Order: sequence, then C-alpha cells, then structure tokens
Amino acid sequence: MEAFTTHTGRAVPLRRSNVDTDQIIPAHWLKKVTRDGFEDGLFEAWRKDPEFVLNRPERHGATVLVAGPDFGTGSSREHAVWALQNYGFKAVISSRFADIFRGNSLKNGLLTVVLDQKTVDALWELTEQDPQTEVTVDLVAREVRAESITAPFELDENSRWRLLNGLDDISITLQNEADIAAYEAKRPSFKPRTLPV
Amino acid sequence: MGRTLAEKVWDDHVVRRAEGEPDLLFIDLHLLHEVTSPQAFDGLRKSGRTVRRLDLTIATEDHNTPTLDIDKPIADPVSRVQLETLRKNCADFGVRLHPLGDVEQGVVHVVGPQLGLTQPGTTVVCGDSHTSTHGAFGALAFGIGTSQVEHVLATQTLPMARPKTMAITVDGELPEGVTAKDLILAIIAKIGTGGGQGYILEYRGSAIEKLSMEARMTICNMSIEAGARAGMIAPDETTFEYLKGRPHAPEGADWDAAVAYWKTLRTDDDAVFDAEVVIDAAELAPFVTWGTNPGQGAPLSSTVPDPASYEDASERLAAEKALEYMGLEAGQPLRSIQVDTVFVGSCTNGRIEDLRAAAALLKDRKIADGVRMLVVPGSARVGLQAVSEGLDLVFKEAGAEWRHAGCSMCLGMNPDQLAPGERSASTSNRNFEGRQGKGGRTHLVSPPVAAATAVLGRLASPADLSDAPAGV
Ligand code: SF4
Repeated sequence: MEAFTTHTGRAVPLRRSNVDTDQIIPAHWLKKVTRDGFEDGLFEAWRKDPEFVLNRPERHGATVLVAGPDFGTGSSREHAVWALQNYGFKAVISSRFADIFRGNSLKNGLLTVVLDQKTVDALWELTEQDPQTEVTVDLVAREVRAESITAPFELDENSRWRLLNGLDDISITLQNEADIAAYEAKRPSFKPRTLPV
Repeated sequence: MGRTLAEKVWDDHVVRRAEGEPDLLFIDLHLLHEVTSPQAFDGLRKSGRTVRRLDLTIATEDHNTPTLDIDKPIADPVSRVQLETLRKNCADFGVRLHPLGDVEQGVVHVVGPQLGLTQPGTTVVCGDSHTSTHGAFGALAFGIGTSQVEHVLATQTLPMARPKTMAITVDGELPEGVTAKDLILAIIAKIGTGGGQGYILEYRGSAIEKLSMEARMTICNMSIEAGARAGMIAPDETTFEYLKGRPHAPEGADWDAAVAYWKTLRTDDDAVFDAEVVIDAAELAPFVTWGTNPGQGAPLSSTVPDPASYEDASERLAAEKALEYMGLEAGQPLRSIQVDTVFVGSCTNGRIEDLRAAAALLKDRKIADGVRMLVVPGSARVGLQAVSEGLDLVFKEAGAEWRHAGCSMCLGMNPDQLAPGERSASTSNRNFEGRQGKGGRTHLVSPPVAAATAVLGRLASPADLSDAPAGV
C-alpha cells in the first residue's frame, strides 16, 4: 500500500447523500478478476448523464471527492474502494461514512476524512465557484486546507500510523517475520505438504 | 483449567500474541478455487510479493466447471475467464492446481480430505464459507475473504480473534434411516441460523463418535449455516483409519508421531465451554427444509408450519415471506410437496457414501415421470469410485443423469440451474432464494430422502418406498 502523508489536488463536489456502494460500483462489475480497471464502473449510472459533475471537463484529473453524508452504505464490496482509487481519487471527504466502507478504504490506502457538514458545505461552494481550487488533505497535521478554510480532522492513531507508513495488514504481519520463521522452524515433520519435498 | 479441542488447536498455532491485538495464527493448509482467489493474486503481483509456502497451498476448479462436455470450451465467458485466470495465476506463482479434467479435480472441500491433506490438529483456510467441513478431522478450519486469502498467500498466517466455544452433545442412537444430514438440519432448526454466531462448535457425544468420516464432514460442513465460525469433531480411530494410506498422510515414524499427537486432541474433562446444547439422537427423524433459510426445517412427517404460530415477529415475517416464495400453504403435509428436480451432490453430500446411499434405494426402481434427477459426484475421484462400483449404471437405469464432478446445482454458477418456479429436493446446504437458479425453490434433504423423493415425485423418506415395490 502506498504511504499517505499529505495530498494536494483539485476536488469534485458530489452533492448527494446516502451514496451506497451499488451506486459507487454496480454489482455486474463484481465479476471482474482484477483489482484494477474499475474506473469506468465508478458511478456508472450517473455518468450516463453528460452533466454529471464527474463528466465536466473542469473536473478531469481531480483527486479529492467531497461527498454528502452517509457515503458508502450498503453492500460490503471492497470493489467500491478500488473503483474510487482506480479513477484517481486519493481522499474522500464526508460528514459521515458507512463503517464497512470506511474500514475497507483505510485498509486500501484511500483516506476517508470526516468533517462537519458546515465545512463540507463550504468546500462545495468554494470548489464549485472555482474548479481550479486546490484542496490539501494533510494527514501529518491532521487538517484539510483550501484557501481560507482550515479544518482539523480526527483519525485513530493506529489507522493514521498505518497510512503514514503505507502499511497494509500484510506489511504489518511481515514485520513479525522473525516470529513466523521461528514458528515454521519448529513445525513437526508429520504436518501435511501439498508438494513433494 | 482444562482446554477444549478448539483451544488446543488454536494455541498450537499462535505465532505471536500481544495484549490488545488479535493472535497471529499459522495456517497449515490453504485451499484455493477460481472464484475468490483472482484479486488476491492480483494484489500479490501489485505489491511484488510471492506465495510464501507453495508446499502448503493447493488449488482446484469447482464452482464454475460444467458437468457435461468437459472437454469442450466453456460457453459462459465469465466462467471461462475465472478458470483461465486461476490457471494463469497458479502457473505464474507455482501453485499446484487440479484443473477440470484432472483426476484430482473436484469440490475443494472434497478434494482436501480425500488427498489426506486435511489432518487432525491442523489449521485449514479457504476463500469459501464451507471450509468448516474440514473440522470433521479435528482441524480448525475457517472460511475467509479475498483480502485474507492474499494475506495467507503472502504470510502463511492470519491475524484472528479467538471465537468462543460451544459444545453440541448428541448422545444415543440415530434411528434407522436417519442420517448425518437430518441431524445437522435438526441442530440448525433448534439453535437457529444465528445460534452459532461467534462460536466454534464442537460436536461430541456417543452418536457423533459412531459416525463415519463422511457423515462427520456433512455435519461440520453445515456449521456455517448455524452462523458458526467453524465446527469440529475430536479425532479418533475412525479418523486415523480414514487417513492411513492416503497420498498425503504421514508415513512410518511420522505416522506414529502424528497419531501420538492427534490422540491428545480431545477436550479435557474439566474444560468449560461458553455454551452447551444437548440433543437426543433417538428422537430424530428424516428432516427437510420448507423455507428459504436452512433453519426453516421440520421432520418430514410434519406439516408446513403456520407463520401465525411464531411468537417472534421477525420469525413470523420470515416464515410468511418464505412460504410465499416457496409457493406453500401453512398446514400442508411436507410429504405432499411435489418436486421437478432432485440434486444429489455438493460438498455436503457428494461423497461416495452419499452416492451409495442414494443408489441403494434407486436400484431396480425408476424415478417418477417428469422428475429430473442430477447426480454429481463431489470430485472426479468419487466419480471414478462410483463407476467402479457400478453406481453410475444404477443411476442411469433409474432415469437419473450422471454428471461430472463440481459444485454444479449447489449454487448454479455453471449451467446446472433451476428455472424460475421449479422446485428441487437437494442434498446441498443452502436453500436461499435463487441459490439454485433465479426463482428456483429448494428443499434441503439427505441423500436417502433425495432418492425416495425422485422415485415418488414428492418429498418422501425411504420408508415410503416400501409401498412402491422395486422393479416397477
Ligand atoms: S458444493 Fe456448494 S457449498 Fe460446497 S463449495 Fe461448492 S458451491 Fe460452495
């Protein structure tokens, strides 16, 4: 997983609440066998509308999604996170995230930032008035900055430490390599093996 | 204080334990199939990792494989891509694979035990909820998600919080004609589909000790349908007997050392379970499901329950919905329910003993007009064994279709599916809405009930066949 310290990029204001994972990535995309290539499935139904904010030329290349409350509800599919990342998003800001989605996002290195709705409203106005506005999501200082807005946010220490160091579950386990090797060395010889030794 | 079987096996696999963190467990055996592994391999590739222990990893193809014309290209593009991806991943990473057409191919939970890879006191994982099957050997066996599959591939370990333990004690004798399937359906109906949540179940008592390994696998297989993380049965002479001489069983001095260890894998007399359920085997009868979850079952001799009889509002609603989906009336005798399809197979009841039990009843009989019966061995080896015993001929002469090994109609990812509104008696493990095909209606049954039902065209027990003489 890539480390996340601080990120600056243009934003997409998504003025919708209760965006569930089915809307983020529809079920028929789940048949794919990779973790990438989901970018075209992101918000697939809405993107049929040329006026949908993601389709606007001034939003191309934006990397911060500023969404309404209760983002990521519904099915637990990890594909929703992959789709956002495949599309290029590095961080999602909302006043409330669904639990499983948030867990999945932090596991995959997509920073989900909780700000109060007033700040989200301010970010929407700002980035709608000037699509070129850059938003900085700073995990070191734990704050979001955009022009005159400076908003602190919370994230539990363990998740923050993992993101700052780019540690996924596997990397964390591999820090215990010595323990694993020691365990392997004392496994009895009668334990089954799938390959001939 | 003494320890339970589950606690002993757990403790023997702790690589690292730290306050406030889940235990890091070592995994002895990792089974893979085509559906839940692609993104895990993809993740490894992305992060430049390899499979840590190829010698503890094995893959087979089962969910998507056709059961007819297996030498022809697979028609469904999605199924084909999943199988091709597994083949490529196994080739790229060096994982042993038994593909369609191979003599060791089959449902992953049939293949592991049959090769002798599933052994007492091991930890077994697979990206599939019915991994609990392997607990029949006294193994600690969990179904896991795709991210965890990747974690095990990369590290051969898994961070896990230890579940609680529940004893399910079954004493006494199972009456004639009552099988392990009836027993587990009765257990689930008793404790509910959420009754085992957060627990590892240990099935014990004299009725369990008398069961064959295959019957024990049927029971542990459906632990997940009671909501449990895993199910286990203490290993004994029956287990050792089953394992001896299998391709991956220990040999010589290793065998003796293994058996000495395996014999220690019993719950201590002074161990305490977090919960306990007691069942009298003598009271059991052939059991079938009438609803759309495996807990909605009843003895075959009874009637479809009246939703109004449930005190709990959510259970009442669930029963109402189930009857509507299933097209059944409250009070209707279960024996009066007519079926279009009978499925014998799956990791619950697709082993040789199951096929023998069904064939014994079909010998010199014909299945009812208008009934389609599919017999799908759990693995290619089971299929070969059945052929060597002439069971395939018995099925074909009775009018059933004898197919190639795989998951088949258990979940209908391949072409073997129910049409909307069609009704089946199925030896599989899930009767969820649409599980066997969109709009299909499933009654879970044992292999003998499946065979008797095929003959009479309605839900029936072997005892009902006495009125329908053989050879008609
Ligand atoms: S036979 Fe059915 S339950 Fe068993 S692994 Fe296959 S699909 Fe799952």
